[in-house]
This record gives sequence, structure tokens and C-alpha cells, in this order.
Amino acid sequence: MTTETTPVPAAPASAEPEMLTGSGAIIRTLELLGVTDVFGIPGGAVIPLYDELMTQTKIRHILVRHEQGAGHAAEGYASATGRVGVAIATSGPGATNLVTAIADAYMDSVPLLAITGQVFSTSMGTDAFQEADIIGITMPITKHSFLARRAEEIPAAIAAAYHIASTGRPGPVLVDITKDAQQNLAPFIWPPKLDLPGYRPIVKAHGKQVQAAAQLLLAAKKPVLYVGGGVIRAHASAELLVLAEATGAPVVTTLMARGAFPDSHPQHLGMPGMHGTVPAVLALQESDLIISLGARFDDRVTGKISEFAPNAKIVHVDVDPAEISKIRLADVPIVGDAKDVIADLTLAWADAARGAAPDTSEWWTYLHGLKEEFPLGFTEPTDGLLAPQYVIQRIGELTGPEAVYAAGVGQHQMWAAQYIKYERPNSWLNSGGAGTMGYSIPAAMGAKVAEPDRVVWSIDGDGCFQMTNQELATCTINKIPIKVAIINNSSLGMVRQWQSLFYDGRHSFTDLNTGHGTAMVPDFVKMADAYGALGIRVTSKDQVDDAIKLALATNDRPVVIDFIVSPGAMVWPMVPQGVSNSFVQYAKDHAPTWGEE
Amino acid sequence: MTSHVLSLLVEDKPGLLTRVAGLFARRGFNIESLAVGHSEIPGLSRITILVDVEDVPLEQVTKQLNKLINVIKIVELDPAQSVQREHLLIKVKVDNTTRSQVLEAVNLFRARVVDVATDAVVIEVTGDSGKTQALLRVLEPFGIRELAQSGLLAIGRGSKSITERVFKN
Repeated sequence: MTTETTPVPAAPASAEPEMLTGSGAIIRTLELLGVTDVFGIPGGAVIPLYDELMTQTKIRHILVRHEQGAGHAAEGYASATGRVGVAIATSGPGATNLVTAIADAYMDSVPLLAITGQVFSTSMGTDAFQEADIIGITMPITKHSFLARRAEEIPAAIAAAYHIASTGRPGPVLVDITKDAQQNLAPFIWPPKLDLPGYRPIVKAHGKQVQAAAQLLLAAKKPVLYVGGGVIRAHASAELLVLAEATGAPVVTTLMARGAFPDSHPQHLGMPGMHGTVPAVLALQESDLIISLGARFDDRVTGKISEFAPNAKIVHVDVDPAEISKIRLADVPIVGDAKDVIADLTLAWADAARGAAPDTSEWWTYLHGLKEEFPLGFTEPTDGLLAPQYVIQRIGELTGPEAVYAAGVGQHQMWAAQYIKYERPNSWLNSGGAGTMGYSIPAAMGAKVAEPDRVVWSIDGDGCFQMTNQELATCTINKIPIKVAIINNSSLGMVRQWQSLFYDGRHSFTDLNTGHGTAMVPDFVKMADAYGALGIRVTSKDQVDDAIKLALATNDRPVVIDFIVSPGAMVWPMVPQGVSNSFVQYAKDHAPTWGEE
Repeated sequence: MTSHVLSLLVEDKPGLLTRVAGLFARRGFNIESLAVGHSEIPGLSRITILVDVEDVPLEQVTKQLNKLINVIKIVELDPAQSVQREHLLIKVKVDNTTRSQVLEAVNLFRARVVDVATDAVVIEVTGDSGKTQALLRVLEPFGIRELAQSGLLAIGRGSKSITERVFKN
């Protein structure tokens, strides 16, 4: 059971509690919780809060241009560090503009604290100006939410929200605060009493279950460690490395787990799933034991679920009991924090193995064969334009693993997951579950605020870029020098790819006219210039390295590189939707011959 | 599909019922009946939900419900180990020829007449759904003008309480 009940504050106890306005209490509470940066934009229902924000220096407020940007920035901040990201919005449309980011954080288990203003408590329920039932709207996409109608309720509501967002399976928590609660005075009492009798996240796993998992691992001939984003959220990469090296088992890292295990490690087979590597896809598919660590058998990983890994036993480790056996029945369910469970499993395995590790050489021979036969690769586009994969690969190679890479959603996201080599957790940020186009720019901005000493790349598409690029203004004004690579194929590329493959090439409304041979509206270089960023256009292979190097050398403002790439390039390998992973295609019409046993 | 009776101990917080009902709706589970009221502990309410679902999805329902912060405890009540009751108010059309037959049915089912008019009676009945459904079938031919029924209420047999050990850490 958990031992955490309250955040540990460092507050001086005094006899007479200080009187603060509700707004003052919001800021003091955030400060005592250790929050140093928040993203937001003021509006009528949060003017009292912003008035107090102006008078203090401990919390840095980044003024965004759109609330969605605040939400994704808070997500990027959280995903790059593991700390709670905070976004502030006003009532009504301000709050509803946060909804996409909240949904995104919910799907990807991002610790996000959303603070929204609400109309006066006396006006609630009257359809007042800028009133929206944001708690009702976000109920399906938050881990929990609180409404504070009185100033007295604020410290406990925010402290509880922060606690819930950051413990167990992390997630977004919303605190809606009425304008009168922000204005009124109340004694500030710290620490507040957290009354959460129904919230008891399980951290430490059942010893017997861990031993059962160790026994299965010893008996397995074809084991795979199926690593999900939970390993990153649990900060369990070091433990994972020990387990993997002790057992010699192959490792696959899902889209959410890229970086949880070093790409350079010989036991790493890469990413599984719809656009996974052939070795990773087939390792899962043909395995006899899948140890799932903080992963959730997403349909993009399993393919047709009834035909997924038919011969595999499943050990399913997750901090959220509801994930276990949700999609695939687990033979050994283990509820617990990945960090603890992986360490315990390593010990249990060593105990049971007594120095005699099982022989998996036959399995490895097969997997090595796949690795050799189906390495990740791409062919040059036939239209003579730049290969997007090459651009992304060079960004990774020239920048290195210490950087943070935040992708949008679509083809460029898959290429960024495939062709950049990740060596450390929290270096790869993306919208995996929700698939939110427009995530990249604000998320990169948030990551750069959290980790100013790291290079932060936004790998974006021309479609995604047009959804949230207004945050470049935020970046320029606040000196947040992110680097943006627009992989400009002049289209909504992933949809276009599906249209090409599955809809007879009928490219219905997927051309954006931003790239080669089009009107190029908008002109991204001019746009960068207008935002005070350095804009660079790259149209040929020989310009790629110079542009990346110039971007890396420019740190006084954001950089936007408009890479004009081929619209014909497709993401391979691919498991078409709704079929078994056994039908993974290495390239168009080229399926590997997997072992018929 | 099989019916299951879930008893939930929940914090009495605003929006709680929306959270529970919304969860059922978005995960695609159908609530057959729902009864909500205070429990014996101040601040805690008890919800009894009748849900028609197979065993494996039921496990998913309870796990998802458990994730709701305001839900403190969930138990499934086995019909053999619990008392389960519904409460119905039925308005039945009567005239001089049918009144006595209706009243006879009321007596046979140990129901009660709680309101009388010249052309109708209101009948109150409590029981498990077998009994209440049987009474409805008997009254049907006379003409049911109006029907109001509570959700199923259920409580475990014996001395144990689902609120035991809730606040022991």
C-alpha cells in the first residue's frame, strides 16, 4: 500500500494563519508544492489570479497565445521532466480550449494540473457570460476534478489535485475556481488536510505474483520485454536495463516508450506496432512469453487482437489495475509501480535462476536474422525531392541523444520515432494515444522551459504546424529558443498515405499547398520571419546538414526550417489496420516470410 | 448476459452520480437500475446498481469504477447471500366489477393500497423482482395507468457490513 498521503511541504508553522485572497492562496499553494513555471492566458474569470501573479517572482508565468498551447506546453514540460505541468485558463472558451490538451494528457498519462477560472458562484448555472461546465465537459478525460467555490477550499483542492496528478498512474486533474473564491479572503492553512479515502494507488506488487513471473521467464524459450510509456513515467529505465541484461531477453519499446531503453543496446529490437520494425513486430507476435511493463496492448501495437501473439503467455505489469486483462487476458497480473516491480522481478529471477540462465540462443538467432534481413531503411523518392526520413535521421545524428525531440502527429511522427536514435528516457515527446495534431510546437516550448540547457527540436508536419504555430510568438518574446523542423510534404501525409494504399489513390482534401510546386500558402519562412524566428528553407539534400548546423548554432531566437520533402514518401514497415501482426509489410507489397512452424 | 448487483460506497460529492453514470455510458455498459441514498456513515452514500453484463467485462466495470476518486468501495452482492428488494407504485384502473379482483391480487401479493379513487387505486408493493413482475402481470389486464419503480436495493445477509474496514488504514 502507499505511504504517500500528503505532499511534503516546507512551510513555517505559525500560530496565526495568514489571511490571503483565494488568488494569493492559489499562488502560495503552487509555490509550496514546488511549482516554478506555469503556462496560461488571462481572461475575465481569472483576472484576480493574474493580478496576484504580477506581484510575485517565484513562479514564472509564460503567456501563451492560445489555451491549447498552454495545455500542450504543460504536457511537454511534464513529459520532459516527470514533474507536474501546470496550465491556467479562464472560464468558458478559455477552459474549453484546454480540452484537447487535457484529453491528450489523459491518454498518455501525463501529470497535468489544469486551473480554470469559473464565473461567480452566485452566477453558476445561469448561462452567465463565459460560463461553461468545464468539470462536466472534462469528466471523461480527467483523472479527477475539483470545484472550489470558496477561498477556504483552494489550498486543499490544488494540493489534492497535484497529488492525484502525480501519483499512481499519472494524469490530468482540473481545478475549477470561481471568481469570488479568487477574490475573497481566507486564512491560509498549510499543509491542508487531504481527504481522499477512495484514492489508494498500489505501488508495491504482490511477492507471489512477481515470483510466478520470474518462473515463467525462466521457462520461456522466446521471451520479450514489451516496454511501454509507464516505464518512463515510473522513472524505471535503470531498473529495466538491469533486468534486460540479467535475463538476456529482447526488448521492444512502444511509441510512448522510445528512450526507455537505449536504441544502441544490442538487445533492443526497436518499436513494435503498426509502423514498428519487423524484428520488434515479429518478436512480439511469435513470442512464448510477453512481459508487459507499463504498456497497454494498444490496437496500434497488437494489430488484430484475436490473432496477436497466439502462443504467448502474458505477464502484465501496470500501476493501473484496470489496464490488466482489459485487452488481453494476463496469465500473471502484477499491479504495481514499474520501478519497484522491475527491481523485484530482477531479484526474483536471479533467485530462481541461481546463475543458470535459460538458453534463448535459438530465439536470438532468429531475431538477429530478422534484424539483418529487415533493417530500418527507406528508398529515395522517385520525384527527386528530399526524403523526409533522411532529414529526420540527420537531425538526430547531428544533434545527439541529449536533446529533446517533440513530434506532431502523422508520418513525420513515425519517422521521428524510427530514425532518431533515443538513448535516454524523456527525450522523446509525442502524442501517442490521442494523436493530437498541433502537439509539437507548444510541447517543445514547454520542454525548453523545463530544460533550458537542452536542445529542443520540434519535428513537425506542415499540417500540424498550422494548428499551433502561434506559440512561436510566445517562444520569441519569452526567449525560448526551440528549433522547428517542418517536414513539409504539402499534405496531411498520413491520411494521404492511407488514401494511396487503401482508397485507390483518391487524395480527398489532403493537399495543403504548402510545398513543392504549389502556391506555398503560407510561406513558412516568411512566417518564421514574422514571428521573429530564423527561417530557413531546404529543398535539396546538400543543404540539409548546413541548415541543421545553423539551427543548432542559433540560440538567440527560435529557428524554423522548412524542409520541402517528397509527398510520395510513405511510412514503412506497416501492419495494415485490422489484420494480424504476422502480415507486417516491410515495404509496399513486400511482406517478410516469417517462420512457419 | 447475466445480471449483477453492485453495491458502491461513495463520497457524497457534487457530480458523483454523473461520474458513475458517465463511466457506464462511455465504456458501453448498460445500467438496468440504479438506487442512491445516504449510508449509515455521514458523508458517504450508497449506490446499488443492477447491470447486465458478462463476467469479464464486469471485472472491467468494477476496476474502472474503482478508479473514480470518490468511489471508496465496491462489492458484488450474490443473490443467495443478500436481500434484494424493489419498490413499486402502481396506479390501476378499477370499476365496480374489477375492484374486488384487484384488491384480491393485492392481498395475495401482500401489497398495499395507498390511494383510492372511484376509478383507480394506487398500489404499493415491495419485493424481489420475481414478485413485483408477477404482480404486474396479474394487474396488466385491468389496465395499468401509471407505474413508478425504484432501483433495486440490496444488502448483504448476516452481521458483516461493507463499510467495515473502510477507514482502517
